[in-house]
Amino acid sequence: MTQWSFYVVSIFTLFGALGTIMSKNAIHSVIYLILTFFSLSAHYVLLNAQFLAAVNIVVYAGAIMVLFLFVVMFLNIRDEASELNNNKVMIAASIVGGTIGLILVAAIRLTDIPRVNPYTYQVKTGFIETLGKLLYSKYLLPFELVSVLFLIAMTGAVMLGKREKGERNF
Amino acid sequence: MQLTDRSKKTDKTPLTLAEKSYLPGIAKGLGITLKHFFSKKATIRYPEQKRYLGPIFRGHHILKRDEEGRERCTACGLCAVACPAEAISMVAAERVKGEESLYREEKYAASYEINMLRCIFCGLCEEACPKEAVYLRHDKFVPVFTSRDQVIYGKDQLVEDMNERYERDAWTKEEMQKLWAQQKPVNY
Amino acid sequence: MDSVFIIKSLIILGIFAISLTIAAYETYFERVIAAFIQDRVGPDRAGPFGLLQPLADAGKLFFKEDFIPGMADKWLFILGPSLAMLTALMTSAVIPFGDSILYDGQEILVQGIEVNIGILWVFGVVSLGVYGILIGGWASNNKYSLYGAIRAASQNISYELAMGLSIIAVLMMASSLSLRTIVESQHGMNWNIFYQPLGFIIFLTCSFAECNRTPFDLPESENELVAGYHTEYGSMKLGLYLFSEYVNMFISSAVIATLFLGGFNYPGMDWVYATMTENFGAVVGHNLSTLAGTLVFFAKIFAFIFLFMWVRWTLPRFRYDQLMDLGWKGLIPLAIVNLIITAAAELSGHALLVNWIGLGVFIALVYAWSAIFGTKKTSL
Repeated sequence: MTQWSFYVVSIFTLFGALGTIMSKNAIHSVIYLILTFFSLSAHYVLLNAQFLAAVNIVVYAGAIMVLFLFVVMFLNIRDEASELNNNKVMIAASIVGGTIGLILVAAIRLTDIPRVNPYTYQVKTGFIETLGKLLYSKYLLPFELVSVLFLIAMTGAVMLGKREKGERNF
Repeated sequence: MQLTDRSKKTDKTPLTLAEKSYLPGIAKGLGITLKHFFSKKATIRYPEQKRYLGPIFRGHHILKRDEEGRERCTACGLCAVACPAEAISMVAAERVKGEESLYREEKYAASYEINMLRCIFCGLCEEACPKEAVYLRHDKFVPVFTSRDQVIYGKDQLVEDMNERYERDAWTKEEMQKLWAQQKPVNY
Repeated sequence: MDSVFIIKSLIILGIFAISLTIAAYETYFERVIAAFIQDRVGPDRAGPFGLLQPLADAGKLFFKEDFIPGMADKWLFILGPSLAMLTALMTSAVIPFGDSILYDGQEILVQGIEVNIGILWVFGVVSLGVYGILIGGWASNNKYSLYGAIRAASQNISYELAMGLSIIAVLMMASSLSLRTIVESQHGMNWNIFYQPLGFIIFLTCSFAECNRTPFDLPESENELVAGYHTEYGSMKLGLYLFSEYVNMFISSAVIATLFLGGFNYPGMDWVYATMTENFGAVVGHNLSTLAGTLVFFAKIFAFIFLFMWVRWTLPRFRYDQLMDLGWKGLIPLAIVNLIITAAAELSGHALLVNWIGLGVFIALVYAWSAIFGTKKTSL
């Protein structure tokens, strides 16, 4: 059952990912990306990490992708980009992409993926209680640093968005 | 220049803190709507409930008969002339012997037609009639029609039925005002 | 197939059917309540008291022409209303509609699924709800629709923040994300609304905004944007959009009742439970008191649905900048203040007392601030 759901969800993920890079319309691309995020959340649920799944939906699918869609809709990119007709760009892009793909495949092949022992595995690893305890004890410093980073980013955004003297708004 | 004291000056003083939170205003507004929620409704459920329209309402046309049941109309054509919409047309005929119980005058309307698509219910035909023959009823509407051949009303629809004669409630202004005063409003 | 599974399926089907029925009758009651507030009587022609009106409306929508504009993006045009409806119906899965049913020696919860991330699920699905509007509005290839969609998106994102912050205060009190645990922690009149009235008001306002209801119905404000994001829609696709709005309203009411009004808890609950089990035996009594709790929960939901409609016919629409001001400069700071007060109250050990003292101190401080520095700005 779990295995079959994994296959179904994986097909959806790959379909969404391929659609993202292959569709010519930017809006379609974003919607495919949302589908991908959704399938990834389903993967998290299959791994018994419900909190991560929910947060993935709330933050990525729910907030960030809405903003993406928002911006793309405003820009109204209807025509396909003119660079795609340029052969040189196409060749360069394929070389770069192929190289990155090669590196990734090689890296995955070389990586020693640690196997989980099913007898000692804690089912509740992905649960929010475990996660919270870990975040606020062992990883407290990185966690707080990340929040400081976010604060700085937010202040920066406010600074950028602020009206400057002499600048005309509307 | 102030004409009436009903106008309200716009209050432009800065909002107080309570006003800025919107909450007292919202509560007040909700109170007003809730009061209306329980108040009496103005609706009249029309086909079942009907409101009295008054004795001078101008509705369905009627060709009156006199006390003996004779048609009063003498086909003089004054109504047709008076009609601003040219809705009335008629064909006159002479009364023959033996028809004295049917028609009061020596000349009568063999056919009398009102085109209800044209009629504007102004009541000028009623004013023009020298024989007090044509009236607009105060108690009956011209019903809705769905096709054009239902629109032209002939004598069969217009002439008064002796079994249920039409009687106007009031003839003078005073009578009418008395009637209005007596009338209880329907569900109002 | 075991009977527990069948009962569980029946409960899920029941929740599904009930949300659809309630949504259908919300359309009827919306019109009746609007009429009553405006001194009219509302629809009364279809069936006794017009009770068949939703059926008549649905029948009308089904038989209208299903039109897709020529320059519209066909698949996305269809996807929009489907997504709106899907996300609206998904939320009800985690809401605890009642305690449990004892059957065959097993305890079956009156709830779609009991997960330990309940409220996050609600939050996630609600944040997805905007896609239906956004995609449909864009796919229509119409400026008004696009404006409506963009407004809906920005409004939902803005108010989600304040909503999330006010939820966090509730989560602190229950120390769990599971909606069932939150409800159980409010047992015995410990309703969250008494502990954090400020949080309740923030959450209520935000849920109005999330449902695109007046005073926050800018996405479909008819005097500016024709009909907003569903300008180009007709037939049952429009029906799905309207219907999803009503389902959303039902779900929001249920979530508010769960989070702040104790869900299926009611005063005198333990006494009812004791009497029931005494008179009807442990199993039947338990099930009966579960039924009573569920009915109370629905009464609360209906009260909130009424509030939604009542407010709709009371308040005028916000202007767009007022909406954004209220969301970003009003509700989010208030929600953070609420969070701090709740945290202090939870740590102090006297939650109720400290919450109210904190709120009083906050209001006093704000008053003092405005008295000393005398604000000139008139908007919040």
